Amino acid sequence: MHDKTVAQLTAGLQTGQFSSAELTRCFLDRIASLDSRYNSFISVADEQAMAAARAADERIAAGDAGPLTGIPIAHKDIFCTDGLRTSCGSRMLDNFVPPYDATLVTRLNRDGVVALGKTNMDEFAMGSSNENSFYGPVRNPWDTSAVPGGSSGGSAAAVAAGLAPAATGTDTGGSIRQPAAFCGITGLKPTYGRVSRLGMVAFASSLDQAGPMARTAEDCALLLNSMAGHDPQDSTSSQVPTEDYCARLADSLQGLRIGLPREYFGAGLDPATAACIDQALKELEALGATLVEVSLPHSHLTIPTYYVIAPAEASTNLSRYDGVRYGYRCEQPTDLLDLYTRTREEGFGEEVKRRILVGTYALSAGYYDAYYKKAQQVRRLIKQDFIDCFGQVDVIAGPTTPGPAFALGSKSDDPVAMYLEDIYTLAVNLAGLPGMSVPAGMVGGKPVGLQLIGQHFGEARLLNVGHRFQQATDWHARRPADPAVEAA
Amino acid sequence: MQWETVIGLEVHLQLATRSKIFSGSPTTFGAAPNTQASAVDLAMPGMLPVLNAEAVRFAVMFGLGIGAEIGRRSVFDRKNYFYPDLPKGYQISQFEAPIVGRGSFEIQLEDGSTRSIGITRAHLEEDAGKSLHEDFHGQTGIDLNRAGTPLLEIVSEPDLRNAAEAVAYLKALHSLVTYLGISDGNMAEGSMRCDINLSLRPVGSDTLGTRAEIKNVNSFRFVEKAIRHEVERQADILEDGGKIVQETRLYDADLDETRPMRSKEVANDYRYFPEPDLLPVVIDEAYIEEIRASLPELPVQKRHRFIEQYGLSAYDANVMADSRELADYFEAVAGSCGDAKIAANWVQVELLGQLNKGELALADCPVPAADLGGLIARILDNSISGKIAKQVFEAMWQGEGSADEIIAARGLKQVSDSGALETMVEEVIAANAGQVEQYLAADADRRKKLIGFFVGQVMKLSKGQANPQMVNELLAKKLV
Repeated sequence: MHDKTVAQLTAGLQTGQFSSAELTRCFLDRIASLDSRYNSFISVADEQAMAAARAADERIAAGDAGPLTGIPIAHKDIFCTDGLRTSCGSRMLDNFVPPYDATLVTRLNRDGVVALGKTNMDEFAMGSSNENSFYGPVRNPWDTSAVPGGSSGGSAAAVAAGLAPAATGTDTGGSIRQPAAFCGITGLKPTYGRVSRLGMVAFASSLDQAGPMARTAEDCALLLNSMAGHDPQDSTSSQVPTEDYCARLADSLQGLRIGLPREYFGAGLDPATAACIDQALKELEALGATLVEVSLPHSHLTIPTYYVIAPAEASTNLSRYDGVRYGYRCEQPTDLLDLYTRTREEGFGEEVKRRILVGTYALSAGYYDAYYKKAQQVRRLIKQDFIDCFGQVDVIAGPTTPGPAFALGSKSDDPVAMYLEDIYTLAVNLAGLPGMSVPAGMVGGKPVGLQLIGQHFGEARLLNVGHRFQQATDWHARRPADPAVEAA
Repeated sequence: MQWETVIGLEVHLQLATRSKIFSGSPTTFGAAPNTQASAVDLAMPGMLPVLNAEAVRFAVMFGLGIGAEIGRRSVFDRKNYFYPDLPKGYQISQFEAPIVGRGSFEIQLEDGSTRSIGITRAHLEEDAGKSLHEDFHGQTGIDLNRAGTPLLEIVSEPDLRNAAEAVAYLKALHSLVTYLGISDGNMAEGSMRCDINLSLRPVGSDTLGTRAEIKNVNSFRFVEKAIRHEVERQADILEDGGKIVQETRLYDADLDETRPMRSKEVANDYRYFPEPDLLPVVIDEAYIEEIRASLPELPVQKRHRFIEQYGLSAYDANVMADSRELADYFEAVAGSCGDAKIAANWVQVELLGQLNKGELALADCPVPAADLGGLIARILDNSISGKIAKQVFEAMWQGEGSADEIIAARGLKQVSDSGALETMVEEVIAANAGQVEQYLAADADRRKKLIGFFVGQVMKLSKGQANPQMVNELLAKKLV
């Protein structure tokens, strides 16, 4: 059961091949026996999951089931879950049990999903390797000496390793797409505002967006159907109507114009990865798409722009972790200043502190105009580049990452090298566009992702392109070696 | 040297919305600590602000009330600083693009003259919680009930010149916001808190001196005292050739002094930047016009109307227009008795006197406006004298009934029966032969004074009920 897609599991549940309780037990057992290799979960919710599974079985029996009823999934530990610890990968929230659910969790629960537990992540979603977690790094199921990508590394690894059929993630600068690419799964970052941010621990408010991570585009569409929609409690959530994201999956790609930004195929792109992407693009051409070279002339400004805006917002979003009301508090504070400084010094990891410092600096009097304000101006130029491109093409395509998953520890001492990992994904967040990564080849035994970028609220089109591509290829169907099978 | 005082005020006005500015928690004053703080107010992880539409409406009402430009696209910003009663580590405020721009309104001074005071801007923001330093055994308690309460910060131009003007400004502001119904204006409960920016300059100079800011003064009386002290302090320094340090000071009402705040209490760099969790507030013409049409008559308009329509003095008009309730009461009294000037006099002297004495609000007044009008009508038709009317009013206050009922029950109706009066006049003349002799010997001027004695005696005999005009006439006739 563990290597099936969500769509296949839905069919199995609804035809009575297996119950949600059996399915859930299967995944919980796999997590218990295998996750010590990957460290993809921070918390596993055995009892709650089994209770939810039994409730789902009742709904199925009563004929009150939707496509997600009884489907086990894993939540990134950034989403608040009522009664279940939500650590955000940080010592700061190691003891934090929210008394509320994130809107995304509420919506999925309403549709009957079974939450298996909470997945590992870079602390406060800051990182591209999942090495910045208080709970230790996650290992890539394809090569346990390699990183799974980040920050949604736990979600990506869990799906790749068959510990969950699907998972939720968040993407502030590539945190769904990059780990999806590294782990050979499909990940969708929707348009900014498509999915509510309420109850999702904030990193950079104007960039954060939650989305699905699963084996296939079709599964992502099923999950997005539940997750997407306006939330009156999130002022930045969009009122643009949602649609049935499954309805157009099988549409023909005949006449589809795909833009290839020349800036995404230049120096810095691993040649073997480039070859995989070329092959994938030929596949899309064969499906009827036309390839058009386009330009995103401000691409070279993406990293500096992002690394001003995201840390600036993070520096103030993280001010609430002060040891006063919840979360970590230092031992025996002598006075208020001591409480603040030691709580934050001890509670936050290195990368988080680095970004708080950078962000605080960028917002300081005398630097604001040169950094934050300038970055916002450049952000508009970057967004305009995309809008201009979408005058000529329907979808933009390119590599998700410059190369396949790198070795654990190989970049952890060099923040700038780490930041360069996100060079193809950051602009999508700055522009607020939807972006998706689909498996598109293998390099040295590790997966490579093809990134597809859509117009604002063009998720259905992206999913359609991903689905047709997956109908014609089998990269998404490949699985890393399964230790459970080997053991048997 | 002669110094001119230059004062600008920043008033933090608590808006009377039912719920907080960014959460659904109630804003009721005085609840048990932390019982009115939701996950949003506590800044729990993942919580987001949602703007209260009523707060926006109130801010626009204020803007229209002072004839200000309304910000068509106002933006919320984060003001960053750490303090335990500020749960998010930042306050959501408005910095570069406030909802209310430049405006002005008229204040009236004690001498009846008026001045126009400029308003630089007014912006929406959230209040912080409260730190409680007592009863926690050396630790500090935090009450977040107030955190997230909507405030309108109203910044005046440095147009005020002394404590009296500052107080007049605050009273006019209080009157305006209570007219609009956007705040209860209750200073004791912190609904109106005031920061005073004050500097001195040589009379005739047009450049501003270095200012000090006095934070968080919360009554009219303290504003007056704090200003007097600060003027003295700055004048002393300047007279001695010293320089004023630009700083934030605190007015201590217990010690009746201002002193510098500890440097820790003064943050230097708030790192303002646009709040990414909220969209800009876009306001269109139709919304503004809808609110404009719903505005009540405001104190200044009412004051001018009272002068024109009723012939009130500027001073009386100002008192009558001070609050909407009082103005309505006054107009009802004037309408039912038909003489607005006497009505104003009665409302001002007797009614407000009784209310002050009993520390009552107008809403608690036991005498309905129509009843007071009925009493005045009895003065006007000579049924009772002004003096008796005061007794009747006292009885009305005690709930003994309407004016007519009390007059009848106590037999206070003025005696205008000439037969009865004549008898009394004759009795007084007979009993005071000496005074009659003096009177008859006096010249005309002196007689005018002496006749008062006889009138007094007749009034006494009649227990105050004799018609004084008739008594005068009868005496003049008889004393020959």
